[in-house]
Amino acid sequence: MEPNPDVLRDLHRRMVRIRLFEEAAGKLAEAAKLPGFLHLYVGEEAVAAGVCVNLTDADSITSTHRGHGHLVAKGGQFRPMMAELMAKSTGYCNGKGGSMHISSLELGMLGANGIVGAGSPIAVGAAFTHKYRDDGNVAVAFFGDGATNIGAFHEAANMACALKLPIVFACENNEYGEFTRRDHTMAITDIVDRAQGYGMPGVIVDGMDAVAVYEAAAEAIAFARAGKGPTLIEAKTYRFYNHHGVQNLGLKYRPDSEVEVWKQRDPIFTFEAQLEDMGVLTVDRREALWAELRADIADAITFAEDSPYPEQDQILEDVYTRMEVAR
Amino acid sequence: MSDERSLSYMMAFNEAVRQSMRADETIFCAGEDIGAFGGVFGTYGGLQKEFGARRVVDTPISEQAIVGLGVGSAVTGLRPIVDLMFMDFICVAMDQIVNQAAKLKYMFGGKATLPLTITTAGGAGLSAAAQHSQSLEAILCHIPGLKVVYPSNPYDMKGLMVSCIRDDNPTVMVKHKRLLGISGPVPEDLYTVPLGQANMLRPGKDVTVVAWGRMANESMVAAEILAGEGIDCEVIDPRTLQPFDTATVVESARKTNRVIVVHEAVRFGGLGAEIASQVQEEAFDFLDAPVARIGAPFSPVPFSPALEKHYVPDAKSIASGIRGVLGRKSPGR
Ligand SMILES: Cc1ncc(C[n+]2csc(CCOP(=O)(O)OP(=O)(O)O)c2C)c(N)n1
Ligand SMILES: [Mg+2]
Repeated sequence: MEPNPDVLRDLHRRMVRIRLFEEAAGKLAEAAKLPGFLHLYVGEEAVAAGVCVNLTDADSITSTHRGHGHLVAKGGQFRPMMAELMAKSTGYCNGKGGSMHISSLELGMLGANGIVGAGSPIAVGAAFTHKYRDDGNVAVAFFGDGATNIGAFHEAANMACALKLPIVFACENNEYGEFTRRDHTMAITDIVDRAQGYGMPGVIVDGMDAVAVYEAAAEAIAFARAGKGPTLIEAKTYRFYNHHGVQNLGLKYRPDSEVEVWKQRDPIFTFEAQLEDMGVLTVDRREALWAELRADIADAITFAEDSPYPEQDQILEDVYTRMEVAR
Repeated sequence: MSDERSLSYMMAFNEAVRQSMRADETIFCAGEDIGAFGGVFGTYGGLQKEFGARRVVDTPISEQAIVGLGVGSAVTGLRPIVDLMFMDFICVAMDQIVNQAAKLKYMFGGKATLPLTITTAGGAGLSAAAQHSQSLEAILCHIPGLKVVYPSNPYDMKGLMVSCIRDDNPTVMVKHKRLLGISGPVPEDLYTVPLGQANMLRPGKDVTVVAWGRMANESMVAAEILAGEGIDCEVIDPRTLQPFDTATVVESARKTNRVIVVHEAVRFGGLGAEIASQVQEEAFDFLDAPVARIGAPFSPVPFSPALEKHYVPDAKSIASGIRGVLGRKSPGR
């Protein structure tokens, strides 16, 4: 499925939005303006964008600890996102979730997750709803290479196949789980080998190539929408920053040369060069887009900084949904 | 007269699910062996026949994914009932129960609703040994975001189960394995027993006995024994353990001035400690004796019937515990 120019521009816009959001979040974290953990998605933008361009708000996704990119790609707005990262009451989660639990149910984004692997069983549940309602929608579970070593992933994959649910398992293989190389923690080279064990198709895709991700995802999502069951997509990608925080070079567990090699393949800059060659994007339009989105980010930061923190009386709010009890 | 109809605890559960499913198309059930087979305890019997495999789903043996199926489908608008065969198996699904189901609403700033019911079978007394006999309700009650019920009779079973299904929060319904066969009056219509409301099983003036699940019934037998000795027990079955109806227990404590809590779970760190503490905080001046607790000894549930019978509190041990609260000696001691 060759994407048309509109889709190409859409992919590009989503990726730039993620990049700018993440770079800004990194700067704020360095300035000690963001409490808590920060796991940046920079370098992996093509995966979230390539998948989510194929989805509507009515489709569901589950995410990971590295979840900002998924929410942006699903249509997340900068203001409530930035406010949530700053722990303000105007955030997507009223300041009660933060980076690691950011979510927007209206957008079908069922939450970043602090527990590695926990999103996949939840995506299975969302896919069950879509099948039960026969609404033609699908669920996508995003997760890392490391998450495929946890039982929850395997239970979810098997159950999704057994129940033939409309779901896509989207693995972001960035070759590391925290500070440990992937090949130290599994005896296979390709995550996709795991698909066969559950009876679903598995596809390897270049996770630095938005079009490649888009095409693979389009096929898997169409397969799911048609009632044919799950697919596992393995996107080979790389995170440019450290597991958390904003350091990128001089890390003990990975050589700088490796980072440099991957950065040559920056998913946004290589894509922009292609688009310009194809005549889909001009230098002027590109610069205008970055400027426009930078202004949006600046606006979101101001909005978040000006927003109040939640009041103390919020601690006990929303633990439960209130029920009318007939005494 | 429909009120006179007698039904087993197990079938009361079954009827609650069946009638709720008839009334609400968004309800479905999922779990191991619950479909074609009707559940290992028969509690889901015949439901797949009536509602089909779409709504009564046989799942793989995957406790995390079963609860995850419930979480994800609940948060996207369905009203799932998911079954964990034995209460011990909540431990296998603990992440999905504790970190996901119980917390999503809060972490999402209140924007999620999780009308999820988890059903399971707890309790000892079948020589099922250490991994199939536990009463782990205290662990669940410790988690903000969860509600927990543990009915002691068929009437409460049906009414509480309907309330759990209708509740927009994650609820855990614990069925006691040894009570599945007991019968009692159960109205045919679809009624509810509100969550968080204790039931006065027996009014009395000398001592308050708080007990749930099978221990409520054992406590009633103990109360009969003690009635013959001139001791008038007030037996309260909280029915719902989270949220806990502290007010009813405290009110009773102020009247009887003596309280004992009985549970099947081990005594140390059990719910009895929490209840005793709350009673002492709210009725200290009314108490004539320390609040007492009866529970299992601090060991895994033993396999041998010769050991298990001493492990689980029964009417006899409860009666002697109650005598102790009243400063009386038990016969033969
Ligand atoms: C159950 C669980 N175990 C461990 C952790 C700590 N942890 C957070 S992220 C992470 C690595 C995850 O690796 P991967 O799935 O490859 O995702 P990536 O960070 O590479 O995107 C670990 C071990 C956790 N959050 N949850
Ligand atoms: Mg990784």
